[in-house]
Amino acid sequence: MADLLDQIFIHAKQWLLSFAIGRAPDWIVQIASSLINIGALLGVFLTLFALISVLERKILGRMQNRYGPNRVGPFGLFQPVADGIKMLIKEDIVPTRADKIVHFLAPILIAAAAILSLGVIPYGRNMTPFVIDGGILFFFAVGSATELTVFMAGWGSNNKYSMLGAMRAIAQMISYELPLLITVLPVVMIVSSLNPDKIVALQGNYSFGFIPHWFVFTPWGATAFLLFFVSGLVESNRTPFDVPEGESEIVAGHMTEYSGFKYATFFLAEYLGMFAISGLGITLFLGGWHAPLQFLEFIPSYVWFFIKLSILLFVYIWLRGTLPRTRVDQIMNFAWKFMLPMAFTCVIAAAVWHYTGRGARGWLWSLAVIALVYFALSIFLDTKNKFAPRTYRFAE
Amino acid sequence: MSTVAFVVISILTLSAALAAATLHRLMHAALTFAVMFIGISAFFFLLGAEFVGLVQVFVYIGAVAVLIVFTILLTRHDQEKTSEFNWSGTVIALAVFVGLLWAIAKTKSLSVAPPPIESITVQRIGDILMTSFVWPLQCVGVLLTAALIGALVLVLEEKPQ
Repeated sequence: MADLLDQIFIHAKQWLLSFAIGRAPDWIVQIASSLINIGALLGVFLTLFALISVLERKILGRMQNRYGPNRVGPFGLFQPVADGIKMLIKEDIVPTRADKIVHFLAPILIAAAAILSLGVIPYGRNMTPFVIDGGILFFFAVGSATELTVFMAGWGSNNKYSMLGAMRAIAQMISYELPLLITVLPVVMIVSSLNPDKIVALQGNYSFGFIPHWFVFTPWGATAFLLFFVSGLVESNRTPFDVPEGESEIVAGHMTEYSGFKYATFFLAEYLGMFAISGLGITLFLGGWHAPLQFLEFIPSYVWFFIKLSILLFVYIWLRGTLPRTRVDQIMNFAWKFMLPMAFTCVIAAAVWHYTGRGARGWLWSLAVIALVYFALSIFLDTKNKFAPRTYRFAE
Repeated sequence: MSTVAFVVISILTLSAALAAATLHRLMHAALTFAVMFIGISAFFFLLGAEFVGLVQVFVYIGAVAVLIVFTILLTRHDQEKTSEFNWSGTVIALAVFVGLLWAIAKTKSLSVAPPPIESITVQRIGDILMTSFVWPLQCVGVLLTAALIGALVLVLEEKPQ
């Protein structure tokens, strides 16, 4: 029974495909199979987007001691429908001097990149929409196209705020891509594969029947996960790192000149990017679709994945409700002076963990390595009593 | 199936390359150049060289294209100026093309039947890099680290006098 529930979507797909197998040529079956995967992926994540957009406003409202949306439907749950209709019938304004084609293509491409990167994440047992040997590499290759699309939005709008916002976005994306990639390295090293399914498979066992072998429970894994999460926040332009769209300075950054449905597409891409980076974090460090305790394995695998995803998304919203926006130079300093050295330390600590036997001894040794570097960095980077009088180099 | 894919990708890549060479606004040329890179990586995927295809996207779209775009943005001010037809450039391009065509036509491997394509997995590339090519890999790593440190030194903030 548990097995059937676990594989119910696989069976459903096989059943759908069974109409085509034998009657149509192979390539039609292949394309149909891909289309079913794409349809399922889009269906699930667009629904999740609609849900999370209303939940985010509800949770933020709760944190700020107000109601949040509560007029449309029960508890305001139909708010996304109302929002969608509003966005669709809004006037689509394109600036006269904008580059029409680039301006038009930017939101489409940015959403396409976000959707593509969702494809390689294993959502459950046998439930990876796009199985590819270098899945992790694919994720980052597609993600790196986002920078160009953000630039297209900023440049195509022919607006100084758009351009400044795009520049800021690209600067912080490039800076944080480095720690993001390097925090992934220890996991790839330990698993010795870039295949997301293999990474999840290696985290599937339990010590003494209740401690799962997730990488987040090792010192290097916990550090790498934290660094990964912060880098993910920056990559998806979320608070406290949303300077590219800082309203108080540059209107809405690269989205300034977009209205109506194009703006909604940017919004969608931001959320899909957030889902993708959280999904990858779950795959790499939080055991993918595995249950946290062995006796809970009867609950279907995809349920566990989406529970973990919801928790991570809640943390995203929680941070947005809690933290103020950081300054541009603070973000950059943090990336290069703290994140990058710590990310390299994770790689070394993972190697130490591996060569001291992957057991309790390795656990302590890798903890020692990380603690040493952390304290050294905190002494080295301490700015106490070292504040020079502020000088303005460019704005006098 | 793969022939159809080959033709489609070829048309896409070639037209993007042509657009990159002929479009008047430099920024459009840079963006179509990026489309051409995607076409080339699609070729790698078609040939079963998954890793090279991914790295092509990763390096050329994520880094080189962004670099080109930034270079244009930070240096050029005459974006609107249209350039005339460049005869010398066309002649040189044609000469290079004919030379390459001649070199390719002369190679012996054209007449040899190609071996069956086995897809080169990332796993295999990793194994080879870590065993037989470990020294070249380390040398490249040292070189890149030196380049990184050099770049950091170049942009270091100067101490106020």
